[in-house]
Amino acid sequence: MFSTNMHVGQRCVRLLRGRIMSIITHPSTDCTAAPQQPLGGHTTTVKRMHSILAQHPVLHSGHISSQTTEGRLGVGGLRYCSVTQHRCQVKQSDCEEPEAKNVIIYEQAQAPSRKLPLTEMPAVIDLEDVPSLSALEEISDEEAIQILVPQALPPISFSLRDYVDQSETLTKLLQLGVDLWKLDQRRNVGSMLVRLDFQSDVAPRLLFLKDLGLQDGQLGSVITTNPFILTESLDKLKARVSYLKSKKFSTESIASMVCKAPYLLNFNVKRLDNRLGFYQDILGLNPGKTRDIITRLPRLLCRSLEPVKEILKFPQVLNSQFLRIKERHLFLKYLGRAQYDPAEPNYVSLERLVAVPNDVFCVSVALATEEDFERFQKTL
Amino acid sequence: MVTPARVFRKFEGLFAVYKPSGIHWKLVRDNIEANLLKEINAAPPPAPKLEVRFQALPSRESGTSKALTMAAIQFPVLATSPQVRGPRYRTLKVGVGHRLDAFSSGVLVLGVGQANKALAEFYSSAVTRDYTLEGEFGMATDDFSATGRIIERTTFEHITLVKLEKILAMIQGGHQKALITYSGVDLQSQEAYELAAQGILHPQSKSPPILKGLRCIHFKPPHFTLEAQCVNETQHYLRKLVHEVGLELRSTAVCTGVRRTRDGLFGLQEALTRQHWTASDIQRTIKVHHSMLKDLKKAGNSGHAEEDAQPEQHYQQTGTGEHSTASITGTGSKQLHSAAKEAAENTPSL
Repeated sequence: MFSTNMHVGQRCVRLLRGRIMSIITHPSTDCTAAPQQPLGGHTTTVKRMHSILAQHPVLHSGHISSQTTEGRLGVGGLRYCSVTQHRCQVKQSDCEEPEAKNVIIYEQAQAPSRKLPLTEMPAVIDLEDVPSLSALEEISDEEAIQILVPQALPPISFSLRDYVDQSETLTKLLQLGVDLWKLDQRRNVGSMLVRLDFQSDVAPRLLFLKDLGLQDGQLGSVITTNPFILTESLDKLKARVSYLKSKKFSTESIASMVCKAPYLLNFNVKRLDNRLGFYQDILGLNPGKTRDIITRLPRLLCRSLEPVKEILKFPQVLNSQFLRIKERHLFLKYLGRAQYDPAEPNYVSLERLVAVPNDVFCVSVALATEEDFERFQKTL
Repeated sequence: MVTPARVFRKFEGLFAVYKPSGIHWKLVRDNIEANLLKEINAAPPPAPKLEVRFQALPSRESGTSKALTMAAIQFPVLATSPQVRGPRYRTLKVGVGHRLDAFSSGVLVLGVGQANKALAEFYSSAVTRDYTLEGEFGMATDDFSATGRIIERTTFEHITLVKLEKILAMIQGGHQKALITYSGVDLQSQEAYELAAQGILHPQSKSPPILKGLRCIHFKPPHFTLEAQCVNETQHYLRKLVHEVGLELRSTAVCTGVRRTRDGLFGLQEALTRQHWTASDIQRTIKVHHSMLKDLKKAGNSGHAEEDAQPEQHYQQTGTGEHSTASITGTGSKQLHSAAKEAAENTPSL
């Protein structure tokens, strides 16, 4: 069960798919869903495709370039994801009437020929020539294979599953170990990832992170927690790293900090400076100790300072560990064995109070059975 | 393919949990839901499905033959890989019966999945709850608990156990009257007297909190402990009760602890402590409860049917003709109620 927004356009998507697929491809063949298609069937599909697209003069060679696809399909205000592995377009788009979409396919083929100025039209076109629309037109196997069938990816989807197989970015991120299902649940992250281009956007930042010292296995977890590191400008990232280095953080410590707190490098230099200054002044530590604390707990630099100020007033640790310690301490007190003074006999060290598992604690520290401890817990 | 119904079946049931003080009941519920889901999703996810795609192999040197060779290769469909799909089950219906506020501790009944229907029935049935109220004389605070803002300080040397018991009896008397009023029985009748004597009376419609029993189990000034059996209560009301006890004794009192020791059939023995909030322990408890309920039903159908049926029927008839009594629904609540009586008598002493 996926609790994220189901776009209203889902219905539009299904209509879209149905209509367009019936125009472009043979109704029974869906390029993504039919695993065992004989080659012959594929050719007939492609032949019809070819015949439709052959109306466009540029396509006479039988090759579709991604740029022309964009320009062509931009006409109706409806953007498709082209099949070429190198580019994947918009995830969300306006949902239009299915009838209008129906019409667009045929219009596209004719419109550009009207728009092109006379001087730019290639000499091949004979305006009086009626293009053959025969679906039985024979073409060679090479031509057939070179024709790329645009797989109609849904323009709107609530999950990245629909785009993973076609998008190079998503496939490569998956191979890195990024949990795409976690990113699915966040609102705009999916759209952002689908729009990224692997070669120009993602790869340089991955290389940057590797230069920083992150291991291959860590890259996946960093991007899962903070996918926005892939949209941060490289100059800014480098500036922040050089700032941290100027504060004498070693390269290994910077790498481990980014690994523990992936959002660290998304904060600008001024904010990082503020935070470091706060910890240095308020805690009153020298730079070396501050560096040590920040290296161990880099999230202090990321979170807001208000909770920290509250904790400074009341240094309590409000989590389940606290409850555990409280119960154990009260149990020992009830038994008369709460001795925390090292000088006295029967001293119970804090480590034994806190870290030791329950059964060991009951038997060796409290000298009672686990049932006794449970019965005592039910009196609190 | 295992259906969700099958997967959840062994976790569906009613069980009780011991809620520690200082935690909101919702956190308890979320914690338990997370633990159960962890176990349910623990099975290794299925491998991604494979699909066949055709790829053109590079053509050979031979210039004459233009035949292209295509190879059928199996590719994993990434959309079905576990990294893209995520865990199969992300929510589980875990319901809470009678709630406990953050300050109180004690038995909290939860239901999972299909058992939420039984939980709803349990919630609306006439079972009582047992509380242990710890109080301290000498202070009065704004929210009646020991952590509130202190409003008044008084002396308490004049308080004796006799005086305290008198006050408690007076309070209980008031509640008995309220019980009779809200249960809609005619006190002059013999049947009403018998029902009241057996303790089967309970409010028929929405009523304010009613204490069916109240007594002092520990008295060492300034500390004292009360035990109460109640219906339709809130923990805030019980803290206010302690405050009022102090006022009646010409002093002040503050409530230092509210602990629920029993909710219907579920007592302290059945409640799971925090280290047992795991899927395996919950599964075991549910199994035990199933068999317990089965035995109860068997015993109820065979032995007690005669005895219980008569007074219950009378009770339904005794209600005056004008207003209809909200009927005791079916065998379920009868069982619960009679078992609750037994449980009340056999409360494990601590």
